[in-house]
Amino acid sequence: MATVQFAEVKKSFGAFPVIKGVNIDIEDGEFVILVGPSGCGKSTLLRMLAGLEHISGGEIRIGGRIVNTLPPKDRDIAMVFQNYALYPHMTVAKNMAFSLMLNSAPQAEIDKRVNYAAGILGLSNLLDRYPRQLSGGQRQRVAMGRAIVRDPQVFLFDEPLSNLDAKLRVAMRAEIKELHHRLKTTTVYVTHDQIEAMTMADKIVVMHDGRVEQIGTPLDLYDNPNNLFVAGFIGSPAMNMIKGRLDADNPQVFVAADGTRLPLARPYPQAVGKNLVYGLRPEYIRLDGTGYRVDVVVIEPTGYETQIVVNFGGSEVTCVFRERVDVRPGEAITIAIDPANVHLFDAEGGQRLAR
Amino acid sequence: MTSITNTDPAVPERSLWSRLIGHRDVLGFLFMLPAAVFLLCFLTYPLGLGVWLGFTDTKIGRDGIFIGLENYQFLLSDQVFWLSVFNTVLYTTVASILKFALGLWLALLLNQHLPFKSFFRAIVLLPWVVPTVLSALAFWWIYDSQFSIVSWSLMKMGVIGSPINFLGDPNTARASVIAANVWRGIPFVAISLLAGLQTIPASLQEAASLDGASSWQRFRYVTLPMLTPIIAVVMTFSVLFTFTDFQLIYVLTKGGPVNATHLMATLSFQRAIPGGQLGEGAAIAVAMIPFLLAAIMFSFFGLQRRKWQQGGGD
Repeated sequence: MATVQFAEVKKSFGAFPVIKGVNIDIEDGEFVILVGPSGCGKSTLLRMLAGLEHISGGEIRIGGRIVNTLPPKDRDIAMVFQNYALYPHMTVAKNMAFSLMLNSAPQAEIDKRVNYAAGILGLSNLLDRYPRQLSGGQRQRVAMGRAIVRDPQVFLFDEPLSNLDAKLRVAMRAEIKELHHRLKTTTVYVTHDQIEAMTMADKIVVMHDGRVEQIGTPLDLYDNPNNLFVAGFIGSPAMNMIKGRLDADNPQVFVAADGTRLPLARPYPQAVGKNLVYGLRPEYIRLDGTGYRVDVVVIEPTGYETQIVVNFGGSEVTCVFRERVDVRPGEAITIAIDPANVHLFDAEGGQRLAR
Repeated sequence: MTSITNTDPAVPERSLWSRLIGHRDVLGFLFMLPAAVFLLCFLTYPLGLGVWLGFTDTKIGRDGIFIGLENYQFLLSDQVFWLSVFNTVLYTTVASILKFALGLWLALLLNQHLPFKSFFRAIVLLPWVVPTVLSALAFWWIYDSQFSIVSWSLMKMGVIGSPINFLGDPNTARASVIAANVWRGIPFVAISLLAGLQTIPASLQEAASLDGASSWQRFRYVTLPMLTPIIAVVMTFSVLFTFTDFQLIYVLTKGGPVNATHLMATLSFQRAIPGGQLGEGAAIAVAMIPFLLAAIMFSFFGLQRRKWQQGGGD
């Protein structure tokens, strides 16, 4: 186990920069998830940590040791690949034992560690199978078993669940989290799925366009997004963003593009005249007979909650209600907003204004 | 043929023709017929004729009669025939090993990130696309006893004092024809193995390097095992091509000096056409069949899908 540090890490393919100065500190034993849309550089960053990509600038340290030029085999890290990268010509047991075999570990030690990992992952009766004879979830477990057997300083996961179906993904999510709880090995996990990030991480690193947008615990990112990108990326359904400006006479009122007046928790006199975005999470909208009257566009009942898209403030706004709502598209409902949970963003820079 | 238009299968009264056409097996047979005729005319008939001639004493211009195994009995005690068998086995073994080793090496090189990669890949194919007779003529010139460029260069560098008699001495002649065959055969091996190398996912190499494998260990434990099915196919074909080689020898040495480079194929031709002994020549050709069958059996068992290649359900 070890800490991991990225210090001003840069990477370019030719003249094209893909990682533009990244700083991340990962504590010993922490489960950190790099999340972002595809092309944001998160996988490249992970591969740089693994030693599979060159580092153009900055430093990467594992356990305090600079590893910039260390080949992958000397970094003492294990990686689970998106396509699992199991050796097709080796049985499950051989796949898991491969690294120990290369290190000429004694056979008794190999057997012990393979059986231990197989026991944790429920693979004990599959040890003689070949990867082709396994289901996707089983292959995923073998790939993790190969990492566990190593007992490395750091586990790396590169979108490990994206080849699984939705149900299995949820199950494996819990399994990986439990595994981390048990082994307490420092883990860096890459995904584009913010739900995976929210449910599994101790700490989330939101990346966008080769930069870190924000680092924090899942709920911290959810409640206090630094900017429009993080606000829109974290949370499902996504935060509603209504464009407009403050009322010059009363800077505690936000005026949407269509003239709708929306409440704020406090006045923002310094922001008068700027183009702003009113950020409102769907669950902070409630049904209220005395509120705004809005037209329903789409209604999606899921059983335990009801999602309704309405026309509000000049854009389509998603609301999530815990109660069941019996309306049809075209009909009207009345909603109210709790201003304490509203975020105000600068539309130009995207930064959030202090509450 | 009005009934052809009646395509509704529920209608009972159909002509014999439309019922035949509609039958899967008949249709399948009809589709295979052209290929079958082609194979019968150009493969089975010549092979059968060759085998039959081997049992006769046919000469050019005279029909032979059936003489049983007499041709084979004669060959058993024929020194030149046994020399040609030895030459063929030596030629095939040495050339195939060299082609495999150099071809694999070249394939591994071409699989790296090289500048002008596609250009090099195209160049490598050149020896294979040049007609054999042309490249053999070029080698004939290279191996010329007086004007050889190799001898000339070595003499200019002061390595040797007089030209090498490449095709005049039995051992240098054998080495020379093997070298020419290897030069011609490498592209096939290299390009086929390169295609095989490219089917190995890069993530396997990455996983192995993270698992602590050195580049040799990655080759030994990942690349080579995954390449074996393709190696088996490529080398079977390479062995078959080499064993039946004719053009190169015929242009370069015609089997000389003193039969030192006579292969079974060239000896068969030599006896049958210039020598006129069609029966005996055919018998030599037929004697190649067991060797070729052995190579095919080897590939058949070598090519059987390994357990790890088989899909799910067990």
